[in-house]
Amino acid sequence: MKNRTKKIVALLSACVLTLTALVGCGSGDSATGSELSGKITMAGSTSMEKLANAMAESFMEANPNVNVSAEFTGSSAGVESVISGSVDIGNSSRNLKESEVSNGAVENIVAIDGIAVIVDTDNTVTELTKDNLIAIYTGTVTNWSELGGVDAPIVVVGREAGSGTRGAFEEILEIKDACVYANELDSTGAVLAKVASTAGAIGYVSLDVVDDTVTAVALEGVAATVENIKAGSYFLSRPFVMATKGEISEQSELVQAFFEYIKSEEGKAVVEAVGLIAVD
Amino acid sequence: MQLTSQKSFSIIGNRKTKTRVEKAAQIIFFICAFFAIIAVFAISIYMLIKGVPALAKVGVAEILFGTEWSPTASEPSFGISYIILTSVVGTVAAILLGVPVGVFTAIFLSQVAHKKIAMMVKPAVELLAGIPSVIYGLLGLMVLNPLIYKLELWIFKDSATHQFTGGSNLLCAVIVLAVMILPTVINISDSALRSVDPSLKAASLALGASRIQTIFRVVLPAAKSGIITAVVLGVGRAIGEAMAITLVSGSSVNLPLPFNSVRFLTTAIVSEMSYSADVHREVLFTIGLVLFAFIMGINLLLSKLLKGGDDK
Repeated sequence: MKNRTKKIVALLSACVLTLTALVGCGSGDSATGSELSGKITMAGSTSMEKLANAMAESFMEANPNVNVSAEFTGSSAGVESVISGSVDIGNSSRNLKESEVSNGAVENIVAIDGIAVIVDTDNTVTELTKDNLIAIYTGTVTNWSELGGVDAPIVVVGREAGSGTRGAFEEILEIKDACVYANELDSTGAVLAKVASTAGAIGYVSLDVVDDTVTAVALEGVAATVENIKAGSYFLSRPFVMATKGEISEQSELVQAFFEYIKSEEGKAVVEAVGLIAVD
Repeated sequence: MQLTSQKSFSIIGNRKTKTRVEKAAQIIFFICAFFAIIAVFAISIYMLIKGVPALAKVGVAEILFGTEWSPTASEPSFGISYIILTSVVGTVAAILLGVPVGVFTAIFLSQVAHKKIAMMVKPAVELLAGIPSVIYGLLGLMVLNPLIYKLELWIFKDSATHQFTGGSNLLCAVIVLAVMILPTVINISDSALRSVDPSLKAASLALGASRIQTIFRVVLPAAKSGIITAVVLGVGRAIGEAMAITLVSGSSVNLPLPFNSVRFLTTAIVSEMSYSADVHREVLFTIGLVLFAFIMGINLLLSKLLKGGDDK
């Protein structure tokens, strides 16, 4: 009785061992290409937290001996750190200023953040100007009839304080701290649902989540599409910059590999997974 | 063989192991018993440690009595008086709406209804208690919001200053809260009414009082302490609820008027915790501390009431 149990146990463990060995081989094969090791440090924009963390994680997964750490100190502080040499990469959610470029920072745009302005599908207003948007969100225009639509009140929907989308929206329109929201919702999905279900509602979400339950408004006559954002004609967008001190080719092998990874198909998938537009 | 193995495993094998096992068991029971107390202390201390610094940094009066909430502005202000007021007003309104309905349902179940009907209604009420709060919120969002928006459009047809909320406002949150406290109020009032001595009721009826007179003049007063307990527990549930009302209240910080988009203490924490930093985050903990104080107060009140009930 006891002997038989032992035999079975032995047999089972042998099976398990063989399987693990096989699985181990499988993963070993794909990872043989990377012999990179070391540490990459990033600092900068809080809006880029999601992108930076996701990119760091997937890069570390592909290169187990590499450690990528990111701090979120704000765009200007990030670029300052990279110029002073205390980090390898400075994250900035805006284009670099001339003073920063002249101090040696190089602008590497890794992704573009696009924001769509959405209204419910029954709304007859499908085009707004920058001034219209500012007027709506600061509360000076409160009825769609003032914008050529039907006589219906505007329900102003936005995100909670601290949200990256809200920060970008208010920054680009230069209406920071001046918005009058009727609804401050705490997720993209909630904004979509509220706008879709409320006649006369207007809201803003990341471009990638817009679906056919809502209408994405054209801004200054330019439709909210990935092509228009890449071409630079749609104004409600901002670049995500990973600044380096000097060109990428002057960086360490590790940092070069990191930028190569961002531009690879895997890197682009990461960019798109966090709701951003990948650049070519 | 069997005997020796039994001996070595028995806790009464000899005096030494016996006392050891006794002591060990005592310590284990002691630790278990203090888990709850440790948890309460840990939470209290944690809330104080996390919540108090902001009070010192921003100023007690500025936080508790300030009316402007703009935590990420270049010159941030952290006034939560509207938020506190919303929680108080919202809870009181939900109680005013929910308690009469709940108590009358309990009267119906325990005094008026035919046994068969009561047996159908009771499980339904119990089921209501088991529905997750997010479902209440979703129903409020899908069903109640559009209705209330229609009402809002009709009432403020000619108003030039009203900011339209699309139905996400205090009124909607209050209705959802009122429904959510129903099961608590009904179940506890029901058992309180059932535990009233039947001889009281019989005496009242024998003296010629009608059934309604008996219910309102004899049974209800006799069950008073139980019903008050139900109300206090309802308050506790209403003030601590976050998930359901975050979907229907609109979440802008405003004065709690029925058609204003409002933010409760709970939703204030929930909605901004994920992206907050520094002082903003600390103030969110202070809001938690305020909520904690409210709930502690309600619990103390409850335990006092329950003690009072025992004395009778």
